[in-house]
Amino acid sequence: MSQSNKLSAILRRSAFVLSFVLAGSAFAQTTLLNVSYDVSRELYKEINPAFVAAWKKQGGADITVNQSHGGSSKQAGSVIGGLEADVITMNQSPDIDILVERGGLVAANWRKQFPHDATPYTTTTVFLVRKGNPKSIKDWDDLIKPGYQVIVPNPKTSGNGRYTYIAAWGYALDKTGSEAGAKDFVTKLFANVPVLDGGGRGATTTFTQRDVGDVLVTFENEAILIAQELGSSKFDIVYPSLSIEAAAPVAIVQKVAAKRGTEKVAKAYLDFLYTPAGQEIIAKHDFRPRDPAVLKKHAAKYPNIRTFTVEQKLGGWAAVQKAHFADGALYDQIVARK
Amino acid sequence: MTATRTFRVLPGFNLTLGYTLGYLSLLILIPLSAVFLKTFEMDWARFVEVVTAPQVVATYKLSFGASLLAAAINAVFGLMLAWALVRYSFPGKKIVDALVDLPFALPTAVAGIALTALYAKNGWLGQYLEEIGIKVAFTPLGVLVALVFIGLPFVVRTVQPILEDLDTELEEAAASLGAQRWQTFRHVIFPILLPALLTGFALAFARAVGEYGSVIFIAGNLPFVSEITPLMIITKLEQYDYQGATAIASVMLIFSFILLLIINGLQAWTAKRTGRDR
Repeated sequence: MSQSNKLSAILRRSAFVLSFVLAGSAFAQTTLLNVSYDVSRELYKEINPAFVAAWKKQGGADITVNQSHGGSSKQAGSVIGGLEADVITMNQSPDIDILVERGGLVAANWRKQFPHDATPYTTTTVFLVRKGNPKSIKDWDDLIKPGYQVIVPNPKTSGNGRYTYIAAWGYALDKTGSEAGAKDFVTKLFANVPVLDGGGRGATTTFTQRDVGDVLVTFENEAILIAQELGSSKFDIVYPSLSIEAAAPVAIVQKVAAKRGTEKVAKAYLDFLYTPAGQEIIAKHDFRPRDPAVLKKHAAKYPNIRTFTVEQKLGGWAAVQKAHFADGALYDQIVARK
Repeated sequence: MTATRTFRVLPGFNLTLGYTLGYLSLLILIPLSAVFLKTFEMDWARFVEVVTAPQVVATYKLSFGASLLAAAINAVFGLMLAWALVRYSFPGKKIVDALVDLPFALPTAVAGIALTALYAKNGWLGQYLEEIGIKVAFTPLGVLVALVFIGLPFVVRTVQPILEDLDTELEEAAASLGAQRWQTFRHVIFPILLPALLTGFALAFARAVGEYGSVIFIAGNLPFVSEITPLMIITKLEQYDYQGATAIASVMLIFSFILLLIINGLQAWTAKRTGRDR
């Protein structure tokens, strides 16, 4: 009896102290953690304060939004490992699907919880060439010519590289009309890759700083950013005749949000991405907004390009994963033939 | 049965032994056994399939080959550097001495980026090397360069104290007995240095095998050409294949352990032969 009393007293006291520590660090505010991929850092840095202001205007309590960035698979791995993310914002669906598979952290129907299959913005895969396009690279066909060097991040570790691979595959599938033709085309393309960086930013560095390669195949937003940051006097963006629609998926990490009591604010946060204000910030960071009005306003920045989705040409991400990126699957065969 | 009690200088041997072993298990054995335990989640056939995949085997060759070569290069040049630092005095010696430790302190990613910037075809060194047809950045040679860079301090710092303790009288004696310079080095100095040199070699090798950060920037990471084993492990992890990653990791651990065991055995043997036999 007295033993358990003592124990509960200790527990009470430590809980008391602990609550002080927590209060001290957060001023009793609710916090929201957005775990995201590598190059969305600048975007969410601007989204967060805008959301906090909008949330307070709606009568919400004070809130702090924290963000964590890194390679997307590594980030998803951290969430599986116990990083308490309330929302997860990625650049490819498999990195959210894995949270459904492992531990049911995200609801299986996450695609249905927000508009456009829970993808508030898209981008596409384009070419960045050296100023004046000295090798006159116009379309995917030019990338498989002998003697051309193509910079692509590793499709096994990078969403960016994966989209490039899929875009090339889709193009070749249309052109040759067969899987074998597509495989041959993509094999030639990857035979022209002299460096495989782990992520999109690494590939950018290799192409722009190390001066390696004739063409960098990367996301449109990254290409626009490079052209802006490094001056458009050094590089030109080339739009191929067909490319992939790379939609960036978002989801509430239900299990964590339920535990932390942040479900409502997490939903509001992701909803905010779809509001005109949120879409405007998205456009500012060179992603293609879903809102037609906002897209139209920035139309000059986004030339028309014919795109396809993973679902349209390759039967969805699960099929792509199995047929292309699993151990010993098509991608492994393609690099092994070199 | 005779109860023999050996005399010890410090009391509490059992306590300290227990503490040491406990500490060692906590710090090294438990994390490492976790690697093996995770690997045991897969069956034997799958394990063999993963660790003998051609792409993975190619990385073993590069990782262990380049690491051994880098450690060997460091053994030669590290010895020369240690020699110069101990035996000669020159202006700026203290600074050079401090520089040796920098690869220890520098974040490996910084080293990788610096080396890549230097050796890329538009870099300070790369532009001249490219002209004579030598490509360093984004080739296996780049891997070697990075591994030599990070391994250097190990050899210098293990050999240096032995050299400092070495009596020059030994050399004088050898000279007065008619030994040539080379003979003095070969028969007097080198045998004394060899155990320390082997330790330095082993440390540099072990460090190189596990190195990831600096290599990744300069390697180019092409399958079958310039992929190192740690990259293979990271790639598996990024594809959520934790078992595959630990399988390769355990193969790597076993390889490294065997190689280190051999080097340590060699070192003990030379120490015995040169030091305690007399």
